[in-house]
Amino acid sequence: MTDSRPVLTMTGISKSFPGVRALHDVNFRLFPGEVHALMGENGAGKSTLIKVLTGVYDTDEGAITLHDEPVSFTGPMQATAAGVSTVFQEVNLCTNLSVAENIFIGREPRLLGAVRWGEVRRRARALLADLDLDLDVSAPLGSYSLAIQQMVAIARAIDIKARVLILDEPTSSLDADEVAQLFRIMRQLRDEGIAILFVTHFLDQVYEIADRITVLRNGGLVGEYLTTELPQLSLVEKMIGKELDVLEGIEEHSRRDLAALEEGTPLVAVSNFGRAGAVEPFSLTIHAGEVVGLAGLLGSGRTEVARLLFGADRADGGQVAVDGTASSLRTPAQAIDHGVGFCSENRRAEGIVADLSVRENMILAMQAARGWLRPIPRRRQDELVDKYVKALNIRPADPEVPVRNLSGGNQQKVLLARWLITEPRLLILDEPTRGIDIGAKTEIQKLVTQLSDGGMAVLFISAELEEVLRLSHKVAVMRDRQMVAQLANDESLDADRIMQTIASGSHREEADR
Amino acid sequence: MNDAMSRYRAITGHRLFWPAAVLFVMLAANTIYRPGFLSIELKDGHLYGTPIDILRLSAPLILVALGMTLVISTGGIDLSVGSLCAISGAIACMYISKQPDQSSLGVVVTALAMAMGVSLVLGAWNGVLVAVIGIQPIIATLILMVAGRGLAQLITEGQIITINSEPYRAIGLGHALTLPLAIFIALAAALLVAAFTRRTALGMIIESVGGNSMASRLAGIRSGRVIFLAYVISAACAAVAGFMMTANVSSADGNAVGLWVELDAILAVVIGGTSLAGGRFFLSGTIIGALIIQTLTTTVYAMDISPQTSLLFKAVVVIAVCLIQAPAFRARFSRRRRNSPPPAPVADKPKEQVPA
Repeated sequence: MTDSRPVLTMTGISKSFPGVRALHDVNFRLFPGEVHALMGENGAGKSTLIKVLTGVYDTDEGAITLHDEPVSFTGPMQATAAGVSTVFQEVNLCTNLSVAENIFIGREPRLLGAVRWGEVRRRARALLADLDLDLDVSAPLGSYSLAIQQMVAIARAIDIKARVLILDEPTSSLDADEVAQLFRIMRQLRDEGIAILFVTHFLDQVYEIADRITVLRNGGLVGEYLTTELPQLSLVEKMIGKELDVLEGIEEHSRRDLAALEEGTPLVAVSNFGRAGAVEPFSLTIHAGEVVGLAGLLGSGRTEVARLLFGADRADGGQVAVDGTASSLRTPAQAIDHGVGFCSENRRAEGIVADLSVRENMILAMQAARGWLRPIPRRRQDELVDKYVKALNIRPADPEVPVRNLSGGNQQKVLLARWLITEPRLLILDEPTRGIDIGAKTEIQKLVTQLSDGGMAVLFISAELEEVLRLSHKVAVMRDRQMVAQLANDESLDADRIMQTIASGSHREEADR
Repeated sequence: MNDAMSRYRAITGHRLFWPAAVLFVMLAANTIYRPGFLSIELKDGHLYGTPIDILRLSAPLILVALGMTLVISTGGIDLSVGSLCAISGAIACMYISKQPDQSSLGVVVTALAMAMGVSLVLGAWNGVLVAVIGIQPIIATLILMVAGRGLAQLITEGQIITINSEPYRAIGLGHALTLPLAIFIALAAALLVAAFTRRTALGMIIESVGGNSMASRLAGIRSGRVIFLAYVISAACAAVAGFMMTANVSSADGNAVGLWVELDAILAVVIGGTSLAGGRFFLSGTIIGALIIQTLTTTVYAMDISPQTSLLFKAVVVIAVCLIQAPAFRARFSRRRRNSPPPAPVADKPKEQVPA
């Protein structure tokens, strides 16, 4: 398997965008007849590497060879023609066309300019039969499940004489049976000698299908490993990396007595709370003054938990109690009425309103709660805004500039201020410190400490375990869209134990390889 | 020098600068072509002159465009306003024509109330289609744009309804304080809409919904209600415009009243600086936009441009106005003039321009 020569090599690949070094000196190779997993956290450079490979981006430095020939694709079409096919996460086929049309669209067999539809259907059937798929090729693609659509996309990709097949998170919207079906086809293709590059966030799947793993972190190459030689725990360590703790300014604070906090009625208690395709049902209680950390890899369901608790997505079932009385969290407006606030991790799309000024962004949630007929008097607005611009050290300190002109860290603080102004009882912070500079990061961490001391409950989501450990009273661990453990943050808890839980799942020690 | 430069930037960077400049240039061009263009004279206690005519004739468009501004700001569009003008005018005229004393104030007020009531219901229909059922605005309002013409025909029974009602005629042609009443009506509507949006939090919330609907939802805004309201306001504005249009000619023609006014209104909104993508809206800009369009129409007549080429002339001017407005175009143009090196430094250049 590995004794042959690589079908594809990428050496010394570097790629920068203005202000961001997306890839730095990354090597990657792909052998025929292997499934090679590309792993890394969000922002590690996985998708940039794929885009460089398929010619969506050109490289700043580095070389790509295919069958020992140097290549430089100018776009995915050219890459496909050379035998490098990509199936993207979002199935980009036309659901209103038939299965056969989708497979051959753009390259239909023709006779004197007329499409030979009989031939199209016959060849589509043969191709799908090769993949052990029994479909009605004349039926519209939309009548089949997402998994089948994905496999049709793969059928289309391999029919173009693909030697390299890139699957970018193909399983993210599939259920277990569908994944099994997909894996069967992947194994079959691998056995036929096709090299498969597989991107996923699911650790179990990597260990089930991949022969080799390449790990990226912060745009750099961590290493290339044989799956059998890399235990799950080491993989997680390599993906997350152990950063130097530069935030020693914050005192050890959070080892407070969890038992004392957890006396009395919880502020919010949910049980059997879940949403199909997003997160398995979970139970969680949050008390006033408590900081609950949510740890887990990207795609493990952290954000989904936050969105359910805020009513941004609707839970399929389960019970919710606020202050001990049964209630519901079905819309954001309802959650806000209960005193819940939510800073999304997706600052640009779900947080700021770029057109509006800093002041308007800050008062938005409070104004929404009051209704448009009762505007907040301008003087009160100015007081509030002034207070938080100072308290959070927002720069520039001019509340009338459009919020889009602020840096990411300052936008994040504006969002924090938006919720603090509403004086929430539970504040959900999804990756509040990601992508912001170290100073702003420290300020936000300090703030979380102060707020919880003042009696506010906080659900703190972060990929940085040190940060979660420093701030939380209790850490809930997510893995593969399940809440696998809730750990009290006492002396026995450290980053290693959390990582271990992420890697193996506390209930599934035996699954640890 | 630097100071003057920055002041120059501040003025040209103001969002109303380019629309106002275009209007000014148009008026200046007219005055050069026909020196009497700007002259106003007082006759029988009424002011007369081309500028007054432009103001009076632009009143219905201003009304329609005010409502359109709010709808566009939510990220939507309202194609049904022209039909709504026809319907409101038809109902009012039909009711008046059936009364024995057409000039009675009571009759006219009842007619206006009835027509306004129906228009609000139709606006609510648009609002429900867009905000509750979730149909794309362009499709949702297209329904009423097409069906509304039929409805207006139905109301007038396919006839052109002529009336002889002095109070109704005054809506379009009456005078107050030496100026046409229509100007005051448009002004009052503008102040009302401005107060309604800027004295409450409605304006900001509309801008928030149009600017980023997902973020607005997560901030707790129930966007459906706001969007619904925008369509109702738009229908109300269109109804008043319909009264004016029919009052001008003392008759209602279901086929002709307000024909294509939705397109002029959209144009006025865009010229005024409100983005079709939604977000920030500028009522003052919209009013200037409407005045530009009316000035253009008047210019076509005043300059004796033949009817065959007048549409083309209008189109050319409109394209020019839109290009001047576009920051990207201005940036490219000014770069070329300065003859600075091409693409390389351009990458971060547009960033500077975006806030404008």
